[in-house]
Amino acid sequence: MAGLAATYGSGSMTNSIACIEKADVILITGSNTTENHPVISAYVKRAVTRRGARLIVVDPRRTKISEFARIHLRHHLGTDVAWINGMMHVIIQEDLYDKPYVESRTVGFDELKRMVAKFTPDFVESITGIPADQLVAAARLYASGRPGSILYCMGITQHTTGTDNVKALAALAMLCGNVGVVGGGVNPLRGQNNVQGACDMGGLPDVYSGYQKVTDPALRAKMAKAWGVDTLPGKPGFKATEMIPKADSGELRALYIVGENPLVSDPDLNHAEHCLRKLDFLVVQDIFLTETARLADVVLPSTCFAEKEGTFTNTERRVQRVRKAVDPPGEARADLSIICDIATRLGYPMHYEGAEAVFSEIGRVTPAYAGLSYRRIEKEGIPWPCPVPEHPGTPVLHQGSFSHGKGVFFAIDYIPPAETADEDYPLYLTTGRVLYHYHTGTMTMKSEGLMDRAPECFVEISAADAADLGVENGGRVKVSSRRGSIEAVARVSQRVNPGTLFIPFHYAKAAANRLTNARLDPVSGIPEFKVCAVKLAKAA
Amino acid sequence: MGEDRQNVIIINGNRCPFEPGETILEVARRHDIDIPTLCHLKGATPTGACRVCVVEVEGAASLMASCVTPADAGMVVHTESPKVVAARRRVLELMLASGNHNCTIHGADESDWTAMQLKVMADDQAQALCPVWGDCRLQDLAFRYQATAQDYERAETPYPQELVNPFIVRDFSRCIRCGRCVQACNEVQVNNAINFGFRGAALKIVTAGDHPLRDSDCVFCGECVQACPVGALVEKSARYRVRPWETTRTRTTCSYCGVGCQLELHVADGKVVRVTGAEDVAPNYGSLCVKGRFGFDFIHSPERLTKPLVREGDQFREVTWDEALDRVTEGLAAARDHHGADAVGVLCSARITNEENYLLSKLTRAALGTNNIDHCARL
Repeated sequence: MAGLAATYGSGSMTNSIACIEKADVILITGSNTTENHPVISAYVKRAVTRRGARLIVVDPRRTKISEFARIHLRHHLGTDVAWINGMMHVIIQEDLYDKPYVESRTVGFDELKRMVAKFTPDFVESITGIPADQLVAAARLYASGRPGSILYCMGITQHTTGTDNVKALAALAMLCGNVGVVGGGVNPLRGQNNVQGACDMGGLPDVYSGYQKVTDPALRAKMAKAWGVDTLPGKPGFKATEMIPKADSGELRALYIVGENPLVSDPDLNHAEHCLRKLDFLVVQDIFLTETARLADVVLPSTCFAEKEGTFTNTERRVQRVRKAVDPPGEARADLSIICDIATRLGYPMHYEGAEAVFSEIGRVTPAYAGLSYRRIEKEGIPWPCPVPEHPGTPVLHQGSFSHGKGVFFAIDYIPPAETADEDYPLYLTTGRVLYHYHTGTMTMKSEGLMDRAPECFVEISAADAADLGVENGGRVKVSSRRGSIEAVARVSQRVNPGTLFIPFHYAKAAANRLTNARLDPVSGIPEFKVCAVKLAKAA
Repeated sequence: MGEDRQNVIIINGNRCPFEPGETILEVARRHDIDIPTLCHLKGATPTGACRVCVVEVEGAASLMASCVTPADAGMVVHTESPKVVAARRRVLELMLASGNHNCTIHGADESDWTAMQLKVMADDQAQALCPVWGDCRLQDLAFRYQATAQDYERAETPYPQELVNPFIVRDFSRCIRCGRCVQACNEVQVNNAINFGFRGAALKIVTAGDHPLRDSDCVFCGECVQACPVGALVEKSARYRVRPWETTRTRTTCSYCGVGCQLELHVADGKVVRVTGAEDVAPNYGSLCVKGRFGFDFIHSPERLTKPLVREGDQFREVTWDEALDRVTEGLAAARDHHGADAVGVLCSARITNEENYLLSKLTRAALGTNNIDHCARL
C-alpha cells in the first residue's frame, strides 16, 4: 500500500481481476493464490491453460500455482528486493525495457539504474539462492510479454522491508511499461473481504475517507464542516501495531475493537495479551466471543454479513452491495446502529435512516465514491474512482498519467530480514494460510466440513530437515522462537526448502504468532510475519 | 449493406446478423431466440455432446448441434421444427432411461414406477422423489418436450453413491454424463480433479485413480455442483433438506477474502441453508471457493453472541443494551477526560461494511477527538 502509493500516487490494485485474462505474462510473488484467493487463481490458471499466457512464480514454497508456471524461482525468505533488483539489472543490461514509457511517464530512472548495477545475477544468487541462469530467464520472460501483470500478496508485504519490496515491484512494472495498460499492472491481492473498503473509508490513522490527509488543514476544515464540529485533530494517530504496545506504556488507556481478533492475528501474541490486559477499558464488538473478546470489559454482540445492508469494496476497488438475508440472533444488533448509539451517548448525536443514508454521506465527502449510489450498483458493483454519477468507474488506474503525475522509480538497496537464523535458532519460519480456513478461524472453525478437511495446525518441514532432527511425518513437534513456542503435527513436505518451516497462523491453540517477530516495516507498520528464526524438536 | 447481407442467417423467420466465428446458438441467444441446451457450459469449449441443442438447417443432411456449428451466411435455421422436437425428445428419453430419473412426468407404467421409486427412496434413505426435484434441467426439458422413459429399458448404474466427504454427494445413478462438471473443473476452475473414465456403458466421471473426491486433487470449490444440471452432484448439507420452492434468494457479497464474489444466499425458515455463486456478474461469474460455498455454518452457530456482556471479576454477566452502552460510554469518556483524547483508540475492521467503517472513523475523529483508528489490513 505505502509502497504503491509512493510510486504511483495510489495504493490499490491498479487493474481489474478480469485484466488477468488479458495478460501475456503474469508474475506472481508472495501469493499462495490457489489457497488464499481461489477464484482469482482460476483467472490465472485459465490464462495459462486456455490462452497460453506465461506464468512466473517467485515464492520460497512450492505452491499449487507454481505448478502452472514456466519458471518458479525459490528464493530465501526476506530477499525479495535482491531478486527484483536482479531482474531489473538484467532487463536494463540487455536493453529490454520500455524506453519511450520510461522517458515520458517516469522519473528517477538514472538512480534506479545506478542502484541495480551491482545486482548482477551472480550477486543475486549469493543472496537469494536463485540460480543466476534462472533469474536471467525470468527477467527475459517478464520483459518479453506485453502486457505483463504482477500479482502479489502478504509474502511481499509482511516484512520489515515490505514497503521496499512493493516499491521494487512497482519499479519493475514501470520499467517494462506495464502500468496503466489493460492486462498489466501491479496488483496487491487483498486478504480480507473489506480491507480495501476499510482503508477507503478512513479506517487509518492518517487519512479520512478517500485518502484525504488529516494533516492537510483545508481537508480538515472540509471534514469538520461536514461532520458539524469546530475542529478535528491534525496529528496522525497510532497504527494498530503501535496501539497495542502503547497500552503497555500507558499512553493508550481505552480501546474499542470492532470485528477484529488481534489476539490471534498479531505478532508476538504473548506480549500483545500482556498489553491488552493493561488497558483501563476494553470494549469488543463481535459476532463471537473471540480470544480478544474474552479480555474485554464489555462485549457487544453484532451482526454478520448476512444480517445487514451495506457495501464492501473488493480487491479491485469494486464497490458491491451487501444485503440482509436473515435476522441477527437474539439481541445482536447491526454495527451501524451500535456505533450511532455510542457516538450519541458520547455527546455527538449520530442518526441515520439506514446504510444507504450513510453511503450517500460517504459520496458527499469522498471524491472517489461521489458518483456511486445503491441504485447504480444494484446489479453489478462499480470500481472507484467514480467521481460523478455519469462515470462508468475505473477498472484500470493510471492510464495516460499517474495519480500524481509521473511514476517515481525508487532506488532500493537490499536489507536482510530483522532476524536471521543462528546457532540457537537455526531454522527459518514463514507463516501463511490454508484453503479451508480464514484468518483467525472464528468463522471457518464453526464449519464441521472445513474442520474435517483442515482439523489442526501443522508444521511443514523438508525431508532433509526431518531426517536430521529425527522427525516423522505426523509426529508431534515443538517449535520455539525467542518469543514463545507451540506444538503441532509435522508434515514432511516438498513444499518447503530445507532450512525453512511453514506454519499456518489460523489456529489459536497452536498460534504461529506466538513465534513470529513483531518487528515492523518502518513505513507501513506491517510486522515481519514471513521471516523469523526458530528451532524445532520432537515434542516430549 | 452488401456486407450486412452476407453475415446474416435466418432463424425461425427472423433476420439475425452475426459476427464471423459465432455459433448458431450464440447468434440465437443474442437475438433472444431460445434454443434449449443441457451440456453447454458458459465459458467452456462447446462439445455438442448431449444433442439437446440440435436445430434443423435447411439443405443440411442431418440436424446440427447449434452450440458447435458456426453460423454461415444465408443459413436458414429452424429451432423447434417437428424433426427437431422429435430428436430432442428421443435424446431426453434415452437420458431418462439411463438411471434413477424417477420424476418421469407421465406415461410410465404405474406399478413399474412405484417399484422403481421405492428402490430409489431406499437407496437415497429419503422420503422424497429426488434431491433436485423442481431444480433440474433434465426434468424441465422432459416436461417441455413431454419425454418419458417408457419405451426403453432402464439401465442400472453399477457405481454406488459417494458420501464420504463433508460437502458433496456424488450420485452416479442420476449422472447423465453430460460433462459439465468435467468442464467446470478443468476449464473454469482449472483444478483438473475429475474427468471421464472407463468406456461405453461403464462411462463414469472419475478422479485420478478413481478415488473418492476427498483423496483426490479436488478442493471442493463446488463449481461442479453448480454446473450439474441434474441430481448427480448435490451439496450434502442441502440434500433432501432444502426444497427450491421453499427458499428465497438474496444476492450479496461473500465475506471471506478480498475477491468479493457475488453469492446467492438461499434462505428457508429464516436460516441460510445453501449458497450458490451469482451467475453472469463480476467478479466471479458464478464461481466460488470452498469457504464461500460451504463455509456458512458460522452464521447460525450456537456460539454466536446474542446478549451484551459486561465483566465482573473473571466472569461475564449478561446485561441490557442500555447498561452495556452506558458502560462503554463511561469507559471511553473516562480515558479521554483523564488522559486526553489520544489515550483512546479504535480498531475498525476489514470485516465490516464501508458504512460502518466510515461511521467509526467519524466517531473516532469527531466524537472522541483523536486519529487513533486503524484495522488489521497489515496482518
